[in-house]
Amino acid sequence: MIRVLTPLPVLLPLLGAAAALLLGGRHPRAQRTLSILVLAAVLTVSVALLLLADGDGAASVSVGGWPVPLGIVLVVDRLSALMLVVAATVALGVLVFAVGQGAADGDDETPISIFHPTFLVLIAGVANAFLAGDLFNLYVGFEILLTASYVLLTLGGSAPRIRAGITYIVVSLLSSLLFLAAIGLIYAATGTVNMAQLAGRLADLPDGTQLLLQSMLLIAFCIKAAVFPLSAWLPDSYPTAPAPVTAVFAGLLTKVGVYAVIRTQTLLFPGGALDQVLMWAALATMLVGILGAVAQTDIRRILSFTLVSHIGYMVFGIALASSAGLAGAIFYVVHHIAIQTTLFLVAGLVERQGGSTGVNRLGGLATASPLLAILYFVPAMNLAGIPPFSGFIGKLGLLEAGVADGGWLPLVLVAGGAVTSLLTLLAISRVWSRAFWRPPAQSPAEDTYEAAAADAGPDLSPALEPVPADQPEPVGAPEGARAGARRAAWERHTAVAMATSPVTDGLGEEAERERPLRPLPRVMVGSTAVMVAVTVGLTALAGPLYGVAQRAADDLLDRTPYISTVFGGEEVP
Amino acid sequence: MTPTVVLPVIIGGLYAAGVYLLLDRSLTRVLLGFLLLGNATNLLLLSTGGPPGLAPILGYAEPDEMSDPLPQALILTAIVITFGIAAFLLAIIYRSWRLVRQEVIEVDEEDRRVARRSDTDADDIDPDDLAPEDRAAMHADTLSAERDRVSDRDVERTLARQYSGIPSDDVDLPPTQRGAP
Repeated sequence: MIRVLTPLPVLLPLLGAAAALLLGGRHPRAQRTLSILVLAAVLTVSVALLLLADGDGAASVSVGGWPVPLGIVLVVDRLSALMLVVAATVALGVLVFAVGQGAADGDDETPISIFHPTFLVLIAGVANAFLAGDLFNLYVGFEILLTASYVLLTLGGSAPRIRAGITYIVVSLLSSLLFLAAIGLIYAATGTVNMAQLAGRLADLPDGTQLLLQSMLLIAFCIKAAVFPLSAWLPDSYPTAPAPVTAVFAGLLTKVGVYAVIRTQTLLFPGGALDQVLMWAALATMLVGILGAVAQTDIRRILSFTLVSHIGYMVFGIALASSAGLAGAIFYVVHHIAIQTTLFLVAGLVERQGGSTGVNRLGGLATASPLLAILYFVPAMNLAGIPPFSGFIGKLGLLEAGVADGGWLPLVLVAGGAVTSLLTLLAISRVWSRAFWRPPAQSPAEDTYEAAAADAGPDLSPALEPVPADQPEPVGAPEGARAGARRAAWERHTAVAMATSPVTDGLGEEAERERPLRPLPRVMVGSTAVMVAVTVGLTALAGPLYGVAQRAADDLLDRTPYISTVFGGEEVP
Repeated sequence: MTPTVVLPVIIGGLYAAGVYLLLDRSLTRVLLGFLLLGNATNLLLLSTGGPPGLAPILGYAEPDEMSDPLPQALILTAIVITFGIAAFLLAIIYRSWRLVRQEVIEVDEEDRRVARRSDTDADDIDPDDLAPEDRAAMHADTLSAERDRVSDRDVERTLARQYSGIPSDDVDLPPTQRGAP
C-alpha cells in the first residue's frame, strides 16, 4: 500500500501540470478546478503516507524496478512524510487564495495561464526533494522546484520582478552548481550516490575528504535555506512577487533546504564535525535576521527578515544533534512553514484592504476590517512565540534541548533565541500598532506622497513599472485636496497609497483600474482563515505532532531504519 | 591509472573564467559565466568516472574494459537542466534589456509626459503647481493613459521620430509593435 502511494506526490502534480497546461487559456475554470483537485489528492496521499510511515515504519520504492544501489529509490520515512503533509497543506491553501485573487481581479481575461501548471510543477519538485533517496534525485528535485520558482517569481515580467528575479536565479544557480560539483566529488570518492549506501561508505573516507564534502553540501543547502552569511538574497527577492507566490516561497522553499541539511547532517555525516560552525551560523542568522526585521517598515520585508531569522532556530536544533534538538527543529519546521505562509497571505490581504504594505502608510485597519485584524493577530502572536501557540512550544523545545546540552555555546544560543523571540514580538507588534490600531486620522497626511515614494524605495517603486498606463487612477481623491480637511486628507492618502503601491498581484494587473475600498474577496479571506485555523490546529495537535517529530528525530539519529528500509534488510553492499 | 593533468587544468580554468564572468555587471556575461561553470561541473562529473574505457554496452565490451556509465547519465541530466535554465535566463535577460533599454533611449517617465504635452513647453511647468499625480520623475507612477487615450505605442513613435538621427550606444530599437492596445 505505502509503496503504491509513495511516488504519487511527485507524479500527480506533474501529470496535473501537463493537463493544466493543456486546459490553460480556453478553460480557465476547468484548469483551476483541476489544480485544486490535484493538490487535494496530494494532501490526502501525504496524510495517508504519514499515518502509514508512522505506524508501520519507513518504506522505499525502486523506481523502474532497478535493483537498489543501481536505480533511483524514493524513500518515505516519518520526516519526509511529515514534511509532505505540511507542504501539501500550505500549497493547497495558497492555491485557493490565488484562485480567489485571480477571480477577484478578473483573471479570466488575462493571457497568463501558466500560473497553475508552474505551481503544480513546483509542488512536484518539493515532493521529489522530500522523497529522494539518492543525492542526484535530490538535485533533480531541487532543480524542478527552482526552475518553477524562477518562473513564478518573474511572473508578469515587470522591472522590479526581473531585477529581483535575476538576483534570485543567479544565487540559486550558484548553489545548484556547488551541489552538483559536490555530488561529483562524492561519487568519485565513494562510487555511489545512493544516500543509504553513502551512509556506510562516507565513514570510511579520510577525515579531510569527509569535511570537504560535508562543507560543500552544507554551503549549497544553506544558500537555499538562507542561513546567515548566505541569506542576503532572500529579503531582496521575495517581497516583489505576487502575494500567493511569496507565501508559498517563504513557507516551503527555504524549508526544503533545511530538510536537506537535516538529512545530510544526520544520515551522511553523523560525526558532527561542523556542528560548532552551524551553531555560530544559527546565532548570526537569528540575530542579524531579526535586527533586519526591526529596521524595516514594509510588512512583506519585515516578514522576509523574520523568515531568515527563524531559520536560525531550526539550524540551532540541527546543530545540537541530540534527539531533543532534532525533534524541536522538526517541529519548528512544521510550525514555521504553516505560520510564515499564513502571514504572507495576510500581508496580501492587508495590501488589498489598505492599498499598501508599508506600515507608515497604513492605519485604522482594525476598525476598517476587524476580521483582517484577527487574521493577522493570531498567527503573528504565534510567530513571536506567545505561550499558548505552537511557536512557543517549538521554541521551548529547542531552548530546553539547548540547556540540556550543557555546553557554553548552546547556552549562548539559548540566550540569542530568547532575544530573537522578543525582537520578533517587537517587529510584529509595531506592524500591529501602526497598521491596525492607529486611528486613520493619525496617519501623517503630509508624508502620503513623498514618503510613499521614498518608502517604497527604488526596488519597489512603481516608477520603474514599464507600463504606467495601467496604473489605477486615484479613485475617490477629491480634486486639489492638498489643504483639505483631515478626513479628506485621509481619503486622499488611501487613494494615493493605492496608486503608488507596487502592483504585486500580477495575476490581474489589468483589472486594477478602479479600486475603491471594497470588501475583501470571500475566497481569499476564507482560504487565509483556513490557514490561520491550521496554525491554531498545530497548537491543538501539538502533542501528537511533537510525538511524530520525536520519533522522526530518533529514526534520524539511529540511521538504521532508513538504511535497512532502502536495502530491504539485505546486506549493504 | 595514471593521473592526467589536462582535465584538472581545463576544469580549473573553466571554473576561474566562469566565476570571473559571473561577477560582471553585464547580464550576458553572467549567463556566459554560468554556462562555463556548468561545463566545468560536467567535466568534473566526467572525470569522476575513472579512466576512459569502451562504451558500456553489454556484449560489445567486457565489463572491466567499460567506462563507468553513471557519470555520463548524470552529465546528460545536468546538461538538459543547464540548457533549460540558460534558455530561461536568456529570456529574462532579453526582458531586462528591453526594460532598461527604454531608459537608455530616454523613454523615461518624464519624456512620456513631455511628449504628451506637445502643446506646452515643459520648462513652463512648475512641478509644484501640479497635482501630485502629474509630477515627474519618481512621481510619474500615477500617470494615467486613460485621461487622454494616448497609448504607449503612440508615445514611442513620437519619441522614435524625435530621437531619430541621434546616435545611441546600442542598436536601434524599433517602436513596439505589440504595444498596449
